[in-house]
Amino acid sequence: MATYIVRRLLWVPVLLFIVSFITFALGRFGPGDPVQILLGQNFRQDAYDRIREQQGLDDPIAVQYTRYVGNALRFDFGESYQYRGRSVTDLLKSKIWISAQLNFAALLISVTLGIAAGLFAALRQGTWWDSAMVAFTLVGQSMHVFLTVPIALYIFVLWLDLLPSHGWDGFFSTSIILPALVLGIPGVAIVTRLTRASTLDVIGQDYIRTAHAKGLPERLVRVRHILRNSMIPVVTTLGFSLAGLASGSFIVELYFGIPGVGLLTIESLFARDYPIIMAVTLLGTTLFVLANLIIDLIYPVLDPRIRLGGDYVAG
Amino acid sequence: MRDEAQRLQLPESDTRGHSYFYLSVRRLSRKKLSMTCLVVIIIMYGSGIFAPLVAPHGYNDQDLSSVKERPSLTHPLGTDRLGRDMLSRVMYSLRTTVIITVTSLVTGALIIGVTLGLIAGYFGKWADGVIMRVGEVTSAFPDIFLVLIIVATVKPRILQWVRGFEDATGIDWIIRLGIVDYTVISLALAAFSWFGMARLVRGQVLQARENQYVEAARSMGSSTRRILARHLLPNVISPVIVSVSAGLGAVAGAEVVLSWLGIGIQPPTPSLGVMIFENGNISVLRSDPHMTLVPSSVLVLLLFTFSLLGDGLNDSFNPRAR
Repeated sequence: MATYIVRRLLWVPVLLFIVSFITFALGRFGPGDPVQILLGQNFRQDAYDRIREQQGLDDPIAVQYTRYVGNALRFDFGESYQYRGRSVTDLLKSKIWISAQLNFAALLISVTLGIAAGLFAALRQGTWWDSAMVAFTLVGQSMHVFLTVPIALYIFVLWLDLLPSHGWDGFFSTSIILPALVLGIPGVAIVTRLTRASTLDVIGQDYIRTAHAKGLPERLVRVRHILRNSMIPVVTTLGFSLAGLASGSFIVELYFGIPGVGLLTIESLFARDYPIIMAVTLLGTTLFVLANLIIDLIYPVLDPRIRLGGDYVAG
Repeated sequence: MRDEAQRLQLPESDTRGHSYFYLSVRRLSRKKLSMTCLVVIIIMYGSGIFAPLVAPHGYNDQDLSSVKERPSLTHPLGTDRLGRDMLSRVMYSLRTTVIITVTSLVTGALIIGVTLGLIAGYFGKWADGVIMRVGEVTSAFPDIFLVLIIVATVKPRILQWVRGFEDATGIDWIIRLGIVDYTVISLALAAFSWFGMARLVRGQVLQARENQYVEAARSMGSSTRRILARHLLPNVISPVIVSVSAGLGAVAGAEVVLSWLGIGIQPPTPSLGVMIFENGNISVLRSDPHMTLVPSSVLVLLLFTFSLLGDGLNDSFNPRAR
C-alpha cells in the first residue's frame, strides 16, 4: 500500500512535467507573436526588439522552457499578455475564488435536491412518484447546458421576470441562482439515482426491520437508520464528481458572463495569452491527477475487495 | 442435436448453437426502450448521411422574404434570421456530427485503441509499459480543455499549410468543404478517446490469453497475428461495442462545444454548435424561441438516446452487470 502511494505520488510531477511541456510547445507552435500581442497598437520596432530580448524569446525553446519551469516552481507564471502589468498568479487567484463559489453553489443544489428527491422516491417505491423520479434521472443526466440555459432563462427571466439574466455579484445574490441551478441539474439527477438505489438497499436490511419492530417512530427510523446509512455511497461519489464540475463550468460562465476561470481561459485562448493558458492547464491537470489519486486511495478503504495496483500489494 | 434432446426429454434449449454475440443482440432486440432509441439514432444519423437527398432546402439557401418564421407546414422547424430552413440546417448539422463521431471513434477508439490494447495486453513487458504510460499522460489532461488548446493552436497552422498547398496546386475545395476542420477536430478528439478503449481491451486480453484454447493454438504453431485476430479479438467485441456507444455521445457533445466557442466547425459549414451560438442570446429567445430551442433540443435528444442505448447495450452485452 505505502509503496503504491509513493509510486503514484512520484508519478504526479513527471506527469505535470510532460503536460506542461506539451502545452508549452503547443503555445510556441500556435499562431500569434506574443510581443505583438503585448504591444498591441503601440507597436514600434525598437520596443519590439527590446521586449523580445528581455523576455528571452529568441533563446532555444529548451532554454525558455527550463526558465519557465524554474519560475513556475516558485508559483511565478509570468505576466499576462492581455492584462498588462498583472501577474498570472494574481489574476488567477481572484478568478478561482469566483469559480469556486459558483461550483460550490451548484454542488449544494445537486446535493440537497438530489438527496431529497432520492429519499422521496425510494420511500414511495412502486408508486408513480417513484417512476417519475426515475424518468427525471434518466433525462436529467443528458440535459446539456445548451438546453437548460435557454429554458431557465425563458422561465425565470422572460416569463416570471424574477432573476437577473447576466452578471456576477458574489455568492449571496440573486445572480448566482440561475447559473448554479443550470450547472447543478445533471448532478441532481446523479445524486437522486444514487440516493434512491442506496436507500432501497438499506430499507431491505435486517436492522431496519428491527428498528420498526422495537417500536421506533417512523420519523426516527428514517433519519437515524435509513438516511445515515444510505448516505455513505452518496458522499463518497460526490467527492469524485468535484473534479468533473470544474471543467464543465466554463460554458455556464460564458453564458452568464461570470468572470471566473472558465471565462478567463476562453478569453486567453482567443487573445493567445499563453502565460494564462499554461497556468490554467497546469492547475487543471494538478487538480485532475490529485483527484484521481484520492479516488483510487479511497476506493479500497470503502470496499476491501478492491486491491491497489495489482501485484504491488501483498495479498 | 434436436433428436438427442427429444430422446433424453430435455427441454429444447434455444441458446444452443448460438454465439454469445447473437444472444446479446437478441437480448437487446427485446428491449423496447433500447430499440426505440436505436430507431431514433438511425433516423438522425440517416438524415445526416443523406442530408443532400432528404433535406427540403440547402443549408445555406436564404429566403429573405420569410425570415424568423415560426414552425409551419412549409418549414417544419421554422426559419432563422436569414430565412434559412431550420430543418435542413439541422439535417446538415447532423451530417457534421456523423462525420466527427464516426471518424474520431473509428481512428481513435477502434483502430488505435483496440490495436494498442491488444498489443499491451498480449505482449506485456515494455510494450505494455510504454502504451499505458503514454495513455496516462493523455488522460491526465482535463479532456475538453486540451482539445481546445490543440484545436486553437494547431488548426491555424494547418490552415496556413493547406492554403499554401491550394495556391500551389490550384485545388480550391479542401478548405471550402471544411475538410481541415473535420480532420483536426476528429484527430484532436481521437487523441483522447483511444486510451479508455486501450485500457479496456488490455484488461480483457489479460484475462483471455490465459485460456487453454490460446495455449492450444500457440502449441499448434499458430502465428501471433492469428492468435490475436482469431482467438483474442472476439473476446473483446462486446465490451468494445458498449464502450463505443458510450463514447459517441461524449464526442458529439465535445464537437458542439468546440463549434459553439467558434474554434470548431466554421460557418458556413453547419453544425449544431454554430446554430446554438448564432441563436443563443436572450433577445432571440424573447422574440423567436424556436430558433434557440430547435438545435439545443436536437443535441439533447441525441445525447439522451445515446445514453439510453448505451445502458441497454451494457445490460445485454455485459452479463455480469445484469
